[in-house]
Amino acid sequence: MIAKRLLQVALTLAILSFCAFALIALMPGDPIEVAIAGDPRLSAEDAARLRALHGLDRPFTERYLAWASGLLRGEFGYSRLFAQPVASLLWPALLSTLTLAGTALLIALAAGIALGALAASWPRAAPFVDAVAIMGQAMPTFWLGMLLIIAFAVTLGWLPAGGVAESGVGLSFLILPVATLAVAHLAAYARHSATSLEATLTEPWVRTARARGASEHRVLWRHAFPNAALPILQIAALDAGALAGGALVTETVFARPGMGKLLYDAVMGNDTNLALVALLLVALVTMLATLGADLAQRALDPRLRER
Amino acid sequence: MIRLAIGLTLLGLLAIAAVVAPMVGDALGHDAFTPDLFARFEPPSATHPLGTDDLGRDILLRLLYGARVSLAVGLAAALAATTIGTAAGVFAAWRGGIADALVMRLADFMLALPALPLLVLLAAADPSRIGLPARGEAAGDVMRIVVILALFGWVGVARLARAAALATLSRDHVRAARALGATETRILRRHVLPALLPPVAVATALACAGAILAESTLSFLGLGISPPAPSWGNMLANAQELVFSAPWAAVWPGLAIMATVAGCTLVADGLRRR
Repeated sequence: MIAKRLLQVALTLAILSFCAFALIALMPGDPIEVAIAGDPRLSAEDAARLRALHGLDRPFTERYLAWASGLLRGEFGYSRLFAQPVASLLWPALLSTLTLAGTALLIALAAGIALGALAASWPRAAPFVDAVAIMGQAMPTFWLGMLLIIAFAVTLGWLPAGGVAESGVGLSFLILPVATLAVAHLAAYARHSATSLEATLTEPWVRTARARGASEHRVLWRHAFPNAALPILQIAALDAGALAGGALVTETVFARPGMGKLLYDAVMGNDTNLALVALLLVALVTMLATLGADLAQRALDPRLRER
Repeated sequence: MIRLAIGLTLLGLLAIAAVVAPMVGDALGHDAFTPDLFARFEPPSATHPLGTDDLGRDILLRLLYGARVSLAVGLAAALAATTIGTAAGVFAAWRGGIADALVMRLADFMLALPALPLLVLLAAADPSRIGLPARGEAAGDVMRIVVILALFGWVGVARLARAAALATLSRDHVRAARALGATETRILRRHVLPALLPPVAVATALACAGAILAESTLSFLGLGISPPAPSWGNMLANAQELVFSAPWAAVWPGLAIMATVAGCTLVADGLRRR
């Protein structure tokens, strides 16, 4: 099963890399054109010579194969924008994004399930939880980030408006971005855990547990929750991947140097090689996160394991 | 029912707002586009009910014109995604075999990828290289964003439509129709499509919500609708540069996006529960 899934991941990456490489032909600013625009003394022959030097005169498939085989050998190339090897940019950015997305996922899950449990166990709170969830899902991430910056950084001055600590984890720099990213995902968890728990709480074995004298607390968390958790986990599995890419907006708003911000800066700065490599890495992380969540679900649900 | 009513009311009010934008401009005596540098950052007043922005343009008017862009993009992208998705889903369910496998593998491929980074990359591509209008022209921008969003939006609809079409095609009344000699076209049009209406309506409402959020995000990142055409997303991009000097400029466009998306979600919820 795992081998097959990994093969799918590799295949998807291969197709994506080809499509994205082809798309780059549509990006504004061919490097040679930029050079010519910047220096009027360059003639058409110079341009042709530069193209030949960088291999831009060769056919598209040949260029793609050269680039892709370089990637497979671990040669990620050079970033024009940052004037650094791409590899040295990727790892710190990936670590930063994983910290942000991982923390946000855990907080969103915990808070979402808590809200869902509140709605399921106390019907009078349900419409309120519902309204919060719908608003949370409808709120654009970047707007929430801006509101938090205005409230906590500009008006109150408690937390930094963006960036990262010069050294160390920089917890104070993490609070607002994590809150921003968590709220967007929390809403979905709250809605799904509410429906899932409500459905489970009407099951006959829950009534039996109550009849045996189990406390409401025990019924909710020991009897209902483990069963209700599976659909929630399924949503989380779909979501885990979306988080890594979805962090792009949060990272841009808070100027956090992560994968998303790196990709965005590369796209805006016409650094095509960095943009492509960053996209492929984000895609890989996304698919591995989805795979990991699927495996966790399989481990927890014996019905899935037997198949 | 309450959900559907609230959702439709919200969307209806927003649609009216989009339609009356020029009349409000006439009533107030100015337009949404001409900068007035003597009236920058004015507080709310009778002539500028929500104040003015950094170029002295009326915020209320820009919000109303922004509603036109956001609603148009959302609706067009949702309709395009629904049309493509329904066609692909029904085709896959009806043909089965290799056609089905191909469509569904393509859908899986799209679902496995990180949507937002890909949207950013696609939106940054320069359409003038293949003979389309360049980025930055209002009409071209709208078309470009609609096409990109439809490219991603069809997947969810296709999966829903395929599941519903498969269920309908195996029902007895369809088999009876076949036995009576109905043509395949007639079966698809008279028996399958009507049965798809409820799930597809829900999917359209959700696609609309997703498209409006995505458009605002892309415009915020500077890759969607370019200024000076107002869109809620690029108004917020502008407001982000002003968080220290004019923090209130960030409030209204965000509320407008939230109301629209919540409206679509409520309509979808209401339709699903009926």
